[in-house]
Amino acid sequence: MENGILPLLGFGAEGWGDQLLWGAVLTVCLALSTLPLGLTLGFLVSLGRRSEERSLRFSATLFTTIFRGLPELLTLFLIYYGVQIGLSAALKLMGIPAVVEINAFVAGMVALGLVFAAYASEVFVSAFSGIAGGQSEAARSLGIGRLTTMRRVIMPQLFRLALPGLGNLWLILLKDTALVSVIGLSDILRQSSIAARVTQEALLFYSVACFIYLMLSLVFTLLIGRLEKRFDRGLVRS
Amino acid sequence: MSAPSVPTGEMTAGMPPALSIEARPAPAPAPRGWSIARLGGYAVAAVWLGLLALLVFYLVSVFSPEFMTRYGPRYLDGLWTTLLLVGISVTIGGLLSLPLALARLSGNPILNGAALLYTTFFRGTPLIAQTFLVYYGLGALNAELKSIGLWWFFREAWYCAIFAFSLHTAAYQAEILRGAIRTVPSGQREAAKTMGLSRWITFRKIILPQALIVALRPYGNEIVLMIKASAIVAVITVYDLMGQTRFVFSRSFDFQAYLWAALLYLAIVEVLRRVWDVLEERLTRHLKR
Repeated sequence: MENGILPLLGFGAEGWGDQLLWGAVLTVCLALSTLPLGLTLGFLVSLGRRSEERSLRFSATLFTTIFRGLPELLTLFLIYYGVQIGLSAALKLMGIPAVVEINAFVAGMVALGLVFAAYASEVFVSAFSGIAGGQSEAARSLGIGRLTTMRRVIMPQLFRLALPGLGNLWLILLKDTALVSVIGLSDILRQSSIAARVTQEALLFYSVACFIYLMLSLVFTLLIGRLEKRFDRGLVRS
Repeated sequence: MSAPSVPTGEMTAGMPPALSIEARPAPAPAPRGWSIARLGGYAVAAVWLGLLALLVFYLVSVFSPEFMTRYGPRYLDGLWTTLLLVGISVTIGGLLSLPLALARLSGNPILNGAALLYTTFFRGTPLIAQTFLVYYGLGALNAELKSIGLWWFFREAWYCAIFAFSLHTAAYQAEILRGAIRTVPSGQREAAKTMGLSRWITFRKIILPQALIVALRPYGNEIVLMIKASAIVAVITVYDLMGQTRFVFSRSFDFQAYLWAALLYLAIVEVLRRVWDVLEERLTRHLKR
């Protein structure tokens, strides 16, 4: 142990540096590909929550209740095993005996996206209530259509108000990606586990894993701060 | 006095009828048309209800007394383990969070910096990585731990889980508490000072009670988050609700294992949310007008 930890973390055949780096890349990729799904779905759910139509409100509330109430790990398992078993059973019904295996990456993306959407819808709902009702009324009196009002008047203001909450959710998502290591995706945590098992240096590698997550969090905290400043640039300083 | 004051009743009676609008029943509400929103809403709701019906149908069709008698006790055992784990960790975390929050609020840069480092670490890394760090990482130091007599503690996954969870939730609870204490107006502290109350009494009797009311809602959210997060102890071989579920699934290869767990988790979270609403209603009743 004393003959240096640096070779262990170095790049190349001896060191685990490159594996850990690829783990970090995979973690960020998974989080980034979850984001569009989660944001879109979350926005739609928030529209449903605010709708005058009761059936839409019911569906949206049911969605958030379920995905905010289930543990993320369980959601992941439900998607990962549930879709495989469900699809296999459906194919069997159609007379095609096949075992369906779905990609762990896709399963992680869908599961984390659903959870992200449930929380993001809450953020959007409170952001909507921060926009004065006069905005859409004014747009309507100018003869602007509903879709254009949403796109050009409401949404630019909405994202500014929702950004702090969404930033928090993004940091949570980044940490939640660690769960996919359980279904065998080679993210930071799984690569560290493999390294720890092979080298018998568990403390070192799990510390490094925590350090990488910490660095990712710090980097993205700074980026979100910059983004918030940029969104605020149209605001008159009082 | 014979002032020319005309009684009001006479005045209205004398008004020309053209100025008053006769009372008439409210117009009938416009018929709810089949708007796109309504059609879409019905479609989405139908999909949801279909899925729920499918779930119920599936659970009924695969329901077997044998499964229940064989694995039912395991679920109850796992449920109890989950609640115990969260209860103990949240309590220890709550005790730890008080000095942390005070350190963050103190003017001392060393105390403040140390507390900031602590909260940044535990809030910036995933709980599952922290749990692995404690269980596998510290477990690798078994020779050192044996020499200082702590091996019995870090050898058990259960103790490691409580250890990691307590430290984790302490960081979050410290932030909740810090934010809540800062919402108490400084006039409260000043008023207490002019009455000659000591700093400790001021904190305990005046600042903390007001802060805890503000912190009530975030505390409830934190407990819900901990219940959900506690599922990851299944990975380090603790048989909580999730651990038992994984065991049952590995034995039976029956997907209903996961569905029962999902229903149980949803039930715990819903019950906790309801209880918290009642609690909040009761504790803030003096603030209502």
